[in-house]
Amino acid sequence: MAMATPGPVRVAFWHATLFRRMWLRNLLASIVQPLLYLLGLGVGVGSLVNRTSRATNILGGVSYVSYIAPALMVTTAMALAATESLWPIMGGFVWQRSYFGISATPLGPGDIVGGHALWMALRCVVASTAVAIVLTLFSDARDWGLIPGIAAAALTGMAFAMPLMAFSIPRKTDGGFAAMNRFLIIPLFLFGGAFYPITQLPVWLQTVVKVLPLWHGVELARGFTLGHLSGSAGLGHVTVLLGWIVAGTVLSHRLMRKRLYV
Amino acid sequence: MSQPLVSARGLVKQYGEFVAVDDIDFEVERGEAFGFLGPNGAGKSTTMRMIGCVSPLSAGTLQIFGMDVSTHGRQIRARLGVVPQLDTLDNELSVMENLIVYGRYFDIPRAECRRRAKELLEFVQLSERADSIVDQLSGGMKRRLSITRSLINEPDLLLLDEPTTGLDPQARHVLWDRLYRLKADGVTLIITTHYMDEAEQLCDRLVVMDGGRIVASGSPRSLIEQHSSREVLELRFTPNGDSPSGPDMSGIGERVEVLPDRTLVYADDGEAALAAVHARGVLPISSLVRRASLEDVFLHLTGRTLVD
Ligand SMILES: Nc1ncnc2c1ncn2[C@@H]1O[C@H](COP(=O)(O)OP(=O)(O)OP(=O)(O)O)[C@@H](O)[C@H]1O
Ligand SMILES: [Mg+2]
Repeated sequence: MAMATPGPVRVAFWHATLFRRMWLRNLLASIVQPLLYLLGLGVGVGSLVNRTSRATNILGGVSYVSYIAPALMVTTAMALAATESLWPIMGGFVWQRSYFGISATPLGPGDIVGGHALWMALRCVVASTAVAIVLTLFSDARDWGLIPGIAAAALTGMAFAMPLMAFSIPRKTDGGFAAMNRFLIIPLFLFGGAFYPITQLPVWLQTVVKVLPLWHGVELARGFTLGHLSGSAGLGHVTVLLGWIVAGTVLSHRLMRKRLYV
Repeated sequence: MSQPLVSARGLVKQYGEFVAVDDIDFEVERGEAFGFLGPNGAGKSTTMRMIGCVSPLSAGTLQIFGMDVSTHGRQIRARLGVVPQLDTLDNELSVMENLIVYGRYFDIPRAECRRRAKELLEFVQLSERADSIVDQLSGGMKRRLSITRSLINEPDLLLLDEPTTGLDPQARHVLWDRLYRLKADGVTLIITTHYMDEAEQLCDRLVVMDGGRIVASGSPRSLIEQHSSREVLELRFTPNGDSPSGPDMSGIGERVEVLPDRTLVYADDGEAALAAVHARGVLPISSLVRRASLEDVFLHLTGRTLVD
């Protein structure tokens, strides 16, 4: 007898079917944004930074493009997770009601959450791979470390996707989503260590940034490309990211069950 | 006797303090078409959702296919077809994609989904729209697609929550015909509806719910016999403000019911009742004698203003 397809894979097939109509637009958006930052900041700010040895020292003695390139893979994954884990989750309950459709089949809350996780992992890997390929066009960014960097980016994407899913599941209105973008995602993009070391920030803000996933992903990816990652630091970053993923998944599962089975 | 396909004992559903389904018992036999009737808020959909294993019971037991809903939801749902009151279609996908995606939830191979989908779309006359995006379908077409989708796993038990709401008369008849054929193939049907003709046509047996309770049950025929006279005299009067309860007709027929737009006189002999009305000098603008229907039972049981 053929083995049954795991439930999350069946749900991911649904995501993939929805995605078929818009994959090109999505992939291009994922590439264009980091490219703009790389050109705009990397070249513009970079020309200022690279001239002063003090600034270069703070960056660890590398060019500005080398510094931000790995981080752009990670921020791309974070942005992707944010767009896919806020409004679309609510749509599953309120607009399309697809989750109620799924729950009428043998599948349940665990399969829906697992399907989202699987699909987000796939999307993050594809998007950060695309960014990595674009990065190789720039000699300063080109490095074998981009390959493990993809894993760091995907892990970071998941570390946002799953907690954000948990945030979205109980929402009755989409009021909180714009705020989530404005007060968490965008500030993290600016202050999360992607464009300069967080040691430049006040201590309290450093503490906040170190609790949240982005900085860990950025440090991991940067550690891979610049080659300064120690084993223990790497392990620490991975642990924090996994912690967010596990907590977000477990919480999502519980909340999903509560919202579906009323 | 083999055991019933669905068996509910002391079924209760509470939302906080509010009791939506209040201690109901019922059984559905294999191959039967079973109906839930009742006014808005009676608890029909809530009961359907419990049968669909997506709403935990507050009390009581519910067994389907001999399995308990609270422990075997997955196994039960694998053999159910569900048409919820509100559509849950993927609006950005095409008709065919909706069916394939849904079939995959049951782990039916993609090619097989496609084969079944083609056949089912033929059945509900949606074949030409197979590649249309669902968003562009009319409300009735979406409803037909929901029904089609519920059949993709060849269910043993089909749950239809107001399946024909929004369908045009022709589509309703097509669906009825479809449901007859499913029943002939041994599929058990549980239906809720607000259309009494539909209930009378389709259901072997039905229950009338009101305020979360079952207030009557039986075959359409037996319900009419129990709760209504053989015939009904329908009278219409010119609207007049001074006697809102209509002309005095006490003593005529078994029961008189005054509705906003007409007055119903329940009598075994409608013509005789009409003669009695005329003898009183009461002159309706129109009168009609007809056989009692399920509608009359429904009005009687779920309590519109009664005048004896
Ligand atoms: N999730 C919920 N939370 C609180 N109350 C609910 C919930 N779902 C249903 N109810 C209440 O339970 C009662 C029964 O609702 P239900 O949907 O079962 O009625 P129904 O018989 O299907 O009515 P209709 O003919 O309008 O579809 C209603 O009073 C409704 O407001
Ligand atoms: Mg209902």
